Amino acid sequence: MLKTFKKGGVHPPENKISAAQPVEVLPLPAKVIIPLSQHIGAPAEAMVAKGDRVKTGQLIAKSAGFVSANIHSTVSGIVESLEPVMDSSGYKRPAITINVEGDDWEPSVDRSPNLKKEITLSAQDIIKKIAEAGIVGLGGATFPTHVKLSVPAGKKAEMLVINGVECEPFLTSDHRLMLEKGHELMIGIQILMKALNVPKAMVGIEANKPDAVSHLQSLAKSYSGIEVQPLKVKYPQGGEKQLIKALTGREVPSGGLPIDIGAVVHNVGTALAVYEAVQKNKPLVERIVTVTGKNLAHPSNFLVRIGTPVSALIAAAGGLPDDTGKVVSGGPMMGKAVSSIDVPVTKGTSGILVIPAAESKRKPEGVCIRCAKCVSVCPMGLEPYLLYRLGQRMQYSQMEVERVLDCMECGSCSFECPANLFLLDFIRLGKVEVGKIVRERKN
Amino acid sequence: MSSVLTTSILMLTILGVVLAVILYVVAQKFKVEEDPRIDEVEALLPGANCGGCGYPGCRGLADALVKADDISAISCPVGGNETMRKVAAILGKAVEDKDPQIAVVRCSGSPQNRTRVVEYNGISSCKFASTLYSGDTGCQFGCLGLGDCVAVCKFDAIYIDPVSLLPVIDEEKCTACGACVKACPKLLIELRKKGPKGKRIFVSCMNTDKGGVARKYCSVACIGCFKCVKVCPYEAITLENNLAYIDANKCKLCRKCVEECPTDSILEVNFPPRKPKVEEQAQNAVTS
Repeated sequence: MLKTFKKGGVHPPENKISAAQPVEVLPLPAKVIIPLSQHIGAPAEAMVAKGDRVKTGQLIAKSAGFVSANIHSTVSGIVESLEPVMDSSGYKRPAITINVEGDDWEPSVDRSPNLKKEITLSAQDIIKKIAEAGIVGLGGATFPTHVKLSVPAGKKAEMLVINGVECEPFLTSDHRLMLEKGHELMIGIQILMKALNVPKAMVGIEANKPDAVSHLQSLAKSYSGIEVQPLKVKYPQGGEKQLIKALTGREVPSGGLPIDIGAVVHNVGTALAVYEAVQKNKPLVERIVTVTGKNLAHPSNFLVRIGTPVSALIAAAGGLPDDTGKVVSGGPMMGKAVSSIDVPVTKGTSGILVIPAAESKRKPEGVCIRCAKCVSVCPMGLEPYLLYRLGQRMQYSQMEVERVLDCMECGSCSFECPANLFLLDFIRLGKVEVGKIVRERKN
Repeated sequence: MSSVLTTSILMLTILGVVLAVILYVVAQKFKVEEDPRIDEVEALLPGANCGGCGYPGCRGLADALVKADDISAISCPVGGNETMRKVAAILGKAVEDKDPQIAVVRCSGSPQNRTRVVEYNGISSCKFASTLYSGDTGCQFGCLGLGDCVAVCKFDAIYIDPVSLLPVIDEEKCTACGACVKACPKLLIELRKKGPKGKRIFVSCMNTDKGGVARKYCSVACIGCFKCVKVCPYEAITLENNLAYIDANKCKLCRKCVEECPTDSILEVNFPPRKPKVEEQAQNAVTS
């Protein structure tokens, strides 16, 4: 009997059509757009001016504060502009546009394929290096990794949890990464263990990726302290609280963080980026992105420079089919439709999903019949129908009492609702409004 | 049989009298002393409870009016100067006449002027749409047209025009309560001086993009060209972040800026039609 988390969860069709496609390196685009806000926290401050020549891997925007991240040039070329550009948030935000000229890397970056196993740096130096490399959570949340590794005073990390779940349907980027970069991943995990000073790491992988499970299990034998655990398939197991529950049986208290119960969760993509930053001196300039969709000619996994326009990825995967209804950045459950395919790939883009017109429209909203399906599938134990009603009546202080801030917007309630109620829409707006109330109270 | 009837009548009568006495005594003992003028003032107010004055409903305003020593800063936008004069007469306080105001929508991005590039398929509310993206056109400042302002208007004074897909304000009905100003997530609605005979001039755009970018996505966008600023004889126009703004208090309604604006983003309202220009007249004379 495989482990999984207990409360709620749904089983959307998996549709992992690109799972067998090896990662291909996408050719460099003519121009990249690098937004200054690719992470949670303060936007980075630009350090280059229009007309400057930059190298691949050069620091072009500096972290502005503790919760923020450095941003590096992902290509070599000339800075074309510093004007705000539309990104996947749907808004124009500050960005650096670079015209690509050749591929001239910073000389300090070690680009050889040699595996470097020995970890020579101390814990503090590792965290410093990770901060310098601008690494953020690559699972999609984009929380700066060095902040997560800096355990606050009075708390102690006991174990590292590595997230190889990839519970979003369609996405296969983490799956391919685990198959193709297993050794690097294992060393990355050991670096993270050293940074946190923990003896144990657990890698959680859903059982629909048996090849990744067996591959990493065989590798784990030669790396001490790492355990690879297959998990029963259930969405949203990739949520860090659900993953901790599934692997350890511990529950993160409402409003708390995983560190409150001694756990720190990192994505496999982040672990690989950590390996490259610490051992190879390579900042975060590229990531693996799945480009997929039912009608797409060649669903693929690409190694993409950050800032590449989404249109270039779609073109490489066979072009936009005629009957396209919408293009989503991320997976079908938590991803967000983009308002233009010229938006760039950012550090948090794990996939690009092309949805046919027939499936892209929302069904008309019906009437709540109190079937409580939303309550039974909510992995956080909330009552979505109640939050929806409170949202309609704008009773935001009551929404706070009903723990709306615990919602991680996994969308299970909206997915399951037989009346197609706009549950998550109202909850999401409620979170914004409750956030305002909380901030006001603090001030 | 009759004794049962008389007893019950008697009992209920006694009970009624006793309870009435208790209620009366309690009501007298715990009476809340309130200034009787609050009721009088409240009776004069419009009773819409719109909150446009900044107080919780008309009674809240009446209470504030009675309690404040100087009521010149408080006003009822719906009742206007007339109501305030009556209130001042009752309270024996002084009020100044205020210029009547009206809500104006600072966006002219109809589908003819601004091409729609995205189809929105969610809850029909600007508040929700604006959490997801900046709008269905290339302009991220313009009207979303989903009618949050219409929904909050208590006076039925706004409707979405089916052709331009923009909110239109009914001059007769608008009371300048400001509910729509607060409801608009794009901050497009402004309360402006209504002007003599409703004549007013304003920049109908909120786009702070650079001229070229703004123009690319909307043919009536303010491009920040400074032409209006230069032509204005009264220094009523300021330009910040590529966007012009006309100060209604300084504007003398000469309409020079309207003629000068290359993108027609400055609107004139309630003016009589212009006389043809001198050269045009001459031309007309020649042709005729």
